[in-house]
Amino acid sequence: MSAREEILRRVRTALADVDGRQVVVPRDYRVPAPTDGLVDRFVDRVQDYRATVTRCHPASVDGALAEALSGCGRVLVPSGFPVPLARGVEDAGLSAVDLDEIDAVVTTATLGIAETGTIVLTHGDGQGRRALSLVPDLHVCLVRADQVVAGVGEAVALLDPRAPQTWISGPSATSDIELDRVEGVHGPRTLHVLLVEDGQPPGG
Amino acid sequence: MTGTFVGMPAFPAAARTALADTQLRSNLAHATSTIRAKREAVVGEVEQWEELRLSGAAIKDRALLDLEDHLVRLEAALQDRGVTVHWARDADEACAIVGDVAQAHGLDELVKVKSMATQEIDLNEALAARGIAAWETDLAELIVQLGDDLPSHILVPAIHRNRAEIRAIFRRAMAAAGRPAPDDLSDEPAELAAAARLHLREKFLRARMAVSGANFAVAETGTLVVVESEGNGRMCLTLPEVLVSVVGIEKVVPTWEDLEVFLQTLPRSSTGERMNPYTSTWTGVTPGDGPQEMHVVLLDNGRTRALADEVGRQALRCIRCSACLNVCPVYERTGGHAYGSVYPGPIGAILNPLLRGPDADEQTESLPYASSLCGACFEACPVRIDIPTVLVDLRAQVVDAHRPSRKPEALAMRATSWLFSSAERLRRAEGASGLAGRVMERFGRRSAPGGRRTLSRLPGPGVGWSRARDLPAPPVESFRAWWRRTDGGRSEGDRS
Repeated sequence: MSAREEILRRVRTALADVDGRQVVVPRDYRVPAPTDGLVDRFVDRVQDYRATVTRCHPASVDGALAEALSGCGRVLVPSGFPVPLARGVEDAGLSAVDLDEIDAVVTTATLGIAETGTIVLTHGDGQGRRALSLVPDLHVCLVRADQVVAGVGEAVALLDPRAPQTWISGPSATSDIELDRVEGVHGPRTLHVLLVEDGQPPGG
Repeated sequence: MTGTFVGMPAFPAAARTALADTQLRSNLAHATSTIRAKREAVVGEVEQWEELRLSGAAIKDRALLDLEDHLVRLEAALQDRGVTVHWARDADEACAIVGDVAQAHGLDELVKVKSMATQEIDLNEALAARGIAAWETDLAELIVQLGDDLPSHILVPAIHRNRAEIRAIFRRAMAAAGRPAPDDLSDEPAELAAAARLHLREKFLRARMAVSGANFAVAETGTLVVVESEGNGRMCLTLPEVLVSVVGIEKVVPTWEDLEVFLQTLPRSSTGERMNPYTSTWTGVTPGDGPQEMHVVLLDNGRTRALADEVGRQALRCIRCSACLNVCPVYERTGGHAYGSVYPGPIGAILNPLLRGPDADEQTESLPYASSLCGACFEACPVRIDIPTVLVDLRAQVVDAHRPSRKPEALAMRATSWLFSSAERLRRAEGASGLAGRVMERFGRRSAPGGRRTLSRLPGPGVGWSRARDLPAPPVESFRAWWRRTDGGRSEGDRS
């Protein structure tokens, strides 16, 4: 008997006492999420992880990006990223070693989650394959205010599982030494979120 | 035998050694009190916490009670996305599959994401025997691996080590495994983490194969999920060409939408954060992004044995958050090594006997007793595993496995059953016990709260039992004698 057949046979035998009725999953945890102050809450919670957040008007994204990237040499720009960058490096099949020599990466996001201060990448246009936003030490992520949803449930409902996803909540961190939190291990040690919203002054 | 620490004594002996280690107790008390406070704060933020627990338990039950269907659907969905699916009855089969994949590519090293399943099957040791080095990349796992040590916590395997000890391990052992620790390394956690970053980065950049586990496997879509903090998981899941994921068959959840529950309960229960820094989900091979060759090993290794236990099967709901460890008064004092397994604490005390059989060996059968049954673990569990009830049931199974027995408890129980089965015998025994009570009350040196005299030490075979317990002196008058004397309480009067 193959391992597959035997394991499935063991499963059947183990559950001989079960009557075969499907367990009904209660969903009482789903309550209407508060929609006011979503963006403020998102900003608060991203900052809680000691990530940097800059709020800016759509017209001043260029300046905010330049400021976030000041001091960086080479900046990786995934194809489809909406803002042209002077020092931008394109991903022409860069190896892991090549990526390690790049200072920063800029990406867009697919959505943001206010309750947990999370940004989600799905690695399409403007975000690039997963390694791009992982190996460089600074990740600057452009999030539009209208992409922010209330909670985890809203995010899961919007996301398509067929594309790979990376949920990012702050810079990489560890609590492995005496359970004290240290920011910055293997992933980008600095996460800078640029939150683009109409409500901000164009010059700011 | 797998997942056990070879040569570990039964829990009581191991616990005694651990309790005498003051450094260990201070490390543990600090770490568990820190994480308890963080967990309480973020769980308290969620108004629907209890509803989330109920749903989490129901989702897991739904998958487990119809496991064959879910596994077959998961297999089909994975294959549909270009993944090779393997099935492993036990640890040896699983290790052989991983080793074969590595050798097929001519590799002598690979990088690993922290995974309880691969700890359980002793994968690193099995690969080393075939000349393949498996580098742990989680910081705590790295500390354990470099220190040639054993894990003592599910989430933070090096919880028993403090910063000074970790610095010493890095200074001593990093050089032999790759990039050495900096000469001026201090014991600041940030510096220690930076040393680990440099040490591991060269391994990530050259790795051609990675081994991971999975926190969840979605039957509907074939999606695997890894929840982590450091980014070592993302490195392993993204940079190498070949990825093998070893997944226990109980990790399956029915639908993508079900993840909304666990992505709320797991981080808050585990690290005490609203969300962990990184969660990766992937559905088979994505052309041009990440490993282009993927394998999933579906692992039994005792899980179907646990599934057959009507009371104990709820332990398979476990999402390995380790909240039960952090709230357990026994774990906080003994640490994880005393449990003799990669699964320590309250969940380990039920999971190990369920996976291996409660009478597998002396060490395993001591585990259901490694608890005061206070119930803190059940309250903390995000999937509502009623650990105290399972512990009590397993204790009964251990006792049953040893009948007939000459143990004093068994003899005492048999005598009690003889006594209680006859009213006349019970009346006479109560008379004798009342007499004894009158004598003992006079000599009892200590008293229990409420003022009742207690006996400090039983004679004869009872000496061991009474060493850590107070036995109340028998009452002078039995309930039945009182009933007769007072006509059922109608003529209540002072005892003569």
